[in-house]
Amino acid sequence: MTETTATSTDPADGPRRSPLHELHEKLGASFTDFAGWLMPVRYSSDLAEHHAVRTAAGIFDISHMAEIQVSGPDASTFLDHALAGNIGAVPAGRAKYSLVLDGGGGILDDIIVYHNAEGEYLVVANAGNRHVVLDALQNRAAGFDVTLVDLTDDIVLIAVQGPASQAILAATRGLVIDGLDDLKYYASTGATFGSGTVLVARTGYTGENGYELYVDVQDAAALWIALTEAGAGHGLVPAGLASRDTLRLEAGMPLYGHELGLDTLPAQAGLGRVVSLAKTDDFIGRSAVEAGPGEGARVLVGLASEGKRAGRAGYPVFDGDVEVGAVTSGALSPTLGYPIAMAYVDPASSLAGTELQIDVRGSRIAAVVVPLPFYKKESTNG
Amino acid sequence: MADRSNLQYTAEHEWVLVEGAIATVGITAYAAEKLGDIVYVDLPKVGSSLAEGTVVGEIESTKSVGELFAPVNGTVVEANDAVTANPELVNSDPFGEGWLVKVEFTELPALLTADEYATLTGE
Repeated sequence: MTETTATSTDPADGPRRSPLHELHEKLGASFTDFAGWLMPVRYSSDLAEHHAVRTAAGIFDISHMAEIQVSGPDASTFLDHALAGNIGAVPAGRAKYSLVLDGGGGILDDIIVYHNAEGEYLVVANAGNRHVVLDALQNRAAGFDVTLVDLTDDIVLIAVQGPASQAILAATRGLVIDGLDDLKYYASTGATFGSGTVLVARTGYTGENGYELYVDVQDAAALWIALTEAGAGHGLVPAGLASRDTLRLEAGMPLYGHELGLDTLPAQAGLGRVVSLAKTDDFIGRSAVEAGPGEGARVLVGLASEGKRAGRAGYPVFDGDVEVGAVTSGALSPTLGYPIAMAYVDPASSLAGTELQIDVRGSRIAAVVVPLPFYKKESTNG
Repeated sequence: MADRSNLQYTAEHEWVLVEGAIATVGITAYAAEKLGDIVYVDLPKVGSSLAEGTVVGEIESTKSVGELFAPVNGTVVEANDAVTANPELVNSDPFGEGWLVKVEFTELPALLTADEYATLTGE
């Protein structure tokens, strides 16, 4: 028996460890090498952790994410130049999902930009793109009065996700959050934990209500423990990257390297709305985005199947006898109970309801094009 | 947990229990743990002939896909329908109720002892 999806738990090559590594070991975590970091892949069961986030709450260590502080008088105009989104329109205390494009419109990374205070932003990038994003920002900063600081090694990022997450944060000893009850989706607020400060944001990667807490390394273990204690009565469980991946897939959220890459224009990934052409000034990648993907460029779709076998990244997608695309992510959906996948397919095969087939290791399974996301939580305020 | 004292192993993380001319085959706890929650198992049909070292089935978790290799040459005499119906048995009892197939073997290759397998997995 061999695994065809590579997961290494051997730290021989010295992947980086989270500041919370010892806590995870005590909790019995299995680890995986993700973008050069040895991170918890699961603590007990991928499915149990997934269901806990949908029905109660899960706590994730996502310290591998990269945090870059952008500050200075020109921070806003600089980010409008460097990024695809209309950052200047984001008021302090709010956040925006955005993209770093290259000159050809290809996606260098997808990021979240938090506007923390006047002239002060935090750019959160994927672990694997930490240096790509940092380099891009530095190269684009010429002529702007801004200071860039890579805070990745100083910050631990803890996500608490699930319907019970707000109650858990409110009950966490020592954590005092300014305006938690009124915090909107994609908004952030200051908090204190003991003598330290924490940035609490209502963001996440699970499709569930949840929060992300940016905390100084020295306070992180105590905060994790306090959150866990507060969550004990709410069904909170520690959750690993395996469940994080199935949760984001159900929520139709792209993963860099799967749905997004240098060869992908935002419009192909359904992210045209993330790019602001309303911005009056030029931004990196603008001309390519305005020109749009060429006619016939593949587009991202959702695919739903029956049975238990899921399409996986790289599996070919057929429309009749014609190969029309390939799967980028797929799994048997724990919440929905049937296989789901995201795939890039030819436009002619991309309309909802189109009946396609996925080649699953030599046998074809039926798959119908469905709108994304596959799963949407019941609406809540904000 | 089943009695594991008579088990032999392969480098592909299968266990083999030889009783007379029949080899019962499953995957190890180590392999099940690495795969995560198993949600789909595809086993060779009764009567099919297996060639040692070839892929004869699939074990799929939410996270990834594992291939089942035939550890011996022979003919499948029984496939574990309980596992096909409830794949989580491979996680909950990999050496017992989570067995996969019984094979009437024609020849038995050299297999790993428990110690050799433990060395392989570093456990």
